Amino acid sequence: MVEFSYVIKDELGIHARPAGLLAKTAAGFKSNISLSVGGETADAKRLISIMKLGAQHGQTAAFTIEGEDEAAAAQALQSFMNENL
Amino acid sequence: MSKEIKGQVVSGKIALGPIHVFRKKIPVITSETTNDSTEELNTFLTARDKAIKELKILEEEANARMGEEEAMVFSVHGMLLEDLDFEDAVKECISAGHNASYAVKKAGEDLAVFFASMEDNDYMKERASDFRDIANRVICKIQDIEDGIKLPSEPVILLAHDLVPSDTLGLDTNKVLAFVTTKGSTNSHTAILARSLGITALVDTGEEFGDDLTGQIGIVDGEKGIFIIDPKEEFLDEYRKRIKEIQKEEESLKSLIGKETRTKSGQAIKIYANIGNPSDAAKALEYDAEGIGLFRSEFLFLGKNDYPSEEEQFKSYKEVITLMKGREVIIRTLDIGADKQADYFELPKEDNPAMGLRAIRLCLERPEMFKTQLRAIYRAAAFGPTGIMFPMITSLEEMDKILDLVDKVKKELKDEALDFGEAELGVMIETPAAALISDLLADKVSFFSIGTNDLTQYTFAMDRQNASLEPFRVPNHPAILRLIEMTVQNAHKKNVRVGICGEMGADFDLTKYFISIGVDELSVSAPKILALRKHVRELA
Repeated sequence: MVEFSYVIKDELGIHARPAGLLAKTAAGFKSNISLSVGGETADAKRLISIMKLGAQHGQTAAFTIEGEDEAAAAQALQSFMNENL
Repeated sequence: MSKEIKGQVVSGKIALGPIHVFRKKIPVITSETTNDSTEELNTFLTARDKAIKELKILEEEANARMGEEEAMVFSVHGMLLEDLDFEDAVKECISAGHNASYAVKKAGEDLAVFFASMEDNDYMKERASDFRDIANRVICKIQDIEDGIKLPSEPVILLAHDLVPSDTLGLDTNKVLAFVTTKGSTNSHTAILARSLGITALVDTGEEFGDDLTGQIGIVDGEKGIFIIDPKEEFLDEYRKRIKEIQKEEESLKSLIGKETRTKSGQAIKIYANIGNPSDAAKALEYDAEGIGLFRSEFLFLGKNDYPSEEEQFKSYKEVITLMKGREVIIRTLDIGADKQADYFELPKEDNPAMGLRAIRLCLERPEMFKTQLRAIYRAAAFGPTGIMFPMITSLEEMDKILDLVDKVKKELKDEALDFGEAELGVMIETPAAALISDLLADKVSFFSIGTNDLTQYTFAMDRQNASLEPFRVPNHPAILRLIEMTVQNAHKKNVRVGICGEMGADFDLTKYFISIGVDELSVSAPKILALRKHVRELA
C-alpha cells in the first residue's frame, strides 16, 4: 500500500474539469485508489465521487493506493496533482 | 391578418422575410413501470452514449467558434455522463421497475439536490444545474427529441420563446435574417448573438407565437422596435425600398475603411471605439476604429461570484490589445458603484450611489483588488500600445495615491521577473472638479478623456436616468461646452492629448466645433465610426 498527501493549491479547489482528468488518470491503473478530504473518502476513479468531496483550496487530499501497480500510480497521481491542482 | 408586436431592440436594422417558429419539444416523464428492465437499461445506455458523442461534437464546435471556456462546459458534461456513479444510480432505479426516462430524471435530480446543498462550496453548488442539464440531454436522446434548430433552405426570421447557447450553436447563422423572442433582454444570449452577427433582434416581446406563423411573411423593424406579421402590400413595398436604401448606405460607408479622418481643409481628428468586452473589439476593428478610446473593464467584475483573478483579467486585456494589432487600447479601471449588481463586493447601500463610494474611490479603498487589475493591465501592455484611464477623478491627492500604487505594481512585477510593458496614464474628466483643475491634472498624466455623459449629469445636477427632467435639458448648453473647451486648452498647454468618450462625441452637430477647439480624438460605439468619418470628410 502506498499513501501520500497533497495540499490543494488551486483557488477553485478540486473543480469539475481537473476532477474529471484525475478520475481518468486513476482509472488507468489496476490498483484501488481512494482519496480522502476533510473526513470523507471517495473512489478516485469516479468523477462524481470526487466532486462530492467538495475539496477546497488549502485542504489536504490523502491518497491511498493498493494494488500491483501502486508505485506507478502514486507517481502519476502525485505529478498530476502538482501540475493541475 | 396583419399584426404588430413591440419589443426591445437589439441592433436597429430591418429584416424582411419568411418566419420560422422554433419550438423546443419538452420530454415527457411518466412513472409508468415496466416489466422489461433489460430493455430499459439498453435504452438508457444507448441514449447515454449518443449524448456523450453529441457533447464531444459540441465541444469541438464551441472550441472552434467561441473559445476554450465555452467548450469546457461540454467537456465537463461529457465526463459526468461517463462516470460510473451516474450509471449506477440510473441502473438502480431501472432495476426497481422504472422506465429509462424516469430513472435518468431521478438520478440527475438526486445529484442536483445533493450538490445544491453543499453549503460552504459555491462552486459545487452551481454544479447542480449541470446534473439537470445532462439528465435532460440523455432523456432527449431516449425520446428522440432533437437538439438545435432545423432551418429551411431560405433565410428566415427566427421566432422562439427564448434561445440558449446550445440551441444556437449548430445554427447556420447565414440563414437567419433576425431573431424575435418572447422572453430575453438586451443582455440575453439572443441579444449577444445578434450583435455579434450584426443582425437585428427584437426581444422581450411578451407574445407567444403559434406554429401557424411558420411560412408567413414578417418584418422586423429595428428602427421602430416592432415586429409586423403578415404586413399589408404597401408596407412590404415601403420596407423593401428602405432595406435597399440601408444597403446602399452601408456600402458607401464601407468604402471609407482605411481612409483618413480629415476635413476638406486638412484638419485631422482620430476616431476610436468604445467597447465593453473583448468580443466588441472585433467589431471595432471591422469598422476601422483607429484605436480603442474606452475599454470598459466592468464585464470582468459583473455577473460573477468573486473578484476576477489577475490571470483572467490579463487574458482579456491581452486578447484585445493583440487583436488591435498596434492600434492603441485605452483601458478604464473599474467603474462600479452600489448601483451595479455585484453582491460579492458587499457594498453598503447608498442613498446616492452616483455620488458615492464608486470607481476610483472604491479601488483606492480596496488596494489589493486595484493592484491586481493594474498588474494584469501592465502585463498585457507588453503586447501593444496601451493606455490606462482612471474614472471619477476629483483631486490631485487621488492622483498621487494612484501613481504611488502604480509605482509599487511596476516594482513588484520587476521583482517577480514578470513581463510587462509601459502604459500611458490618463484620467477621465467627468466631474466638474476634474475639469476645473485640468491644468493641475495635466502635470500628472499623458492624456484626458472627457466622459460627457457623467460630466453633464454632475454639472447640471440632473440624474441621467430621470426621464422627467427632459424638459429641463438644454442641448449643447454653454456650461458643458465651456468645461470641455477649458479642459482642452489646459491639456494642450502641457502637451496632454484630449479625447471625448461620451455620447456628445458622436453628435454630428458638434463635430465641427470639437475639431475647431482642438479635440484630438472622438471615441464612439463601433457602428458609428464610419458614418462619423464620412461626416468629418465632408466638413470644410
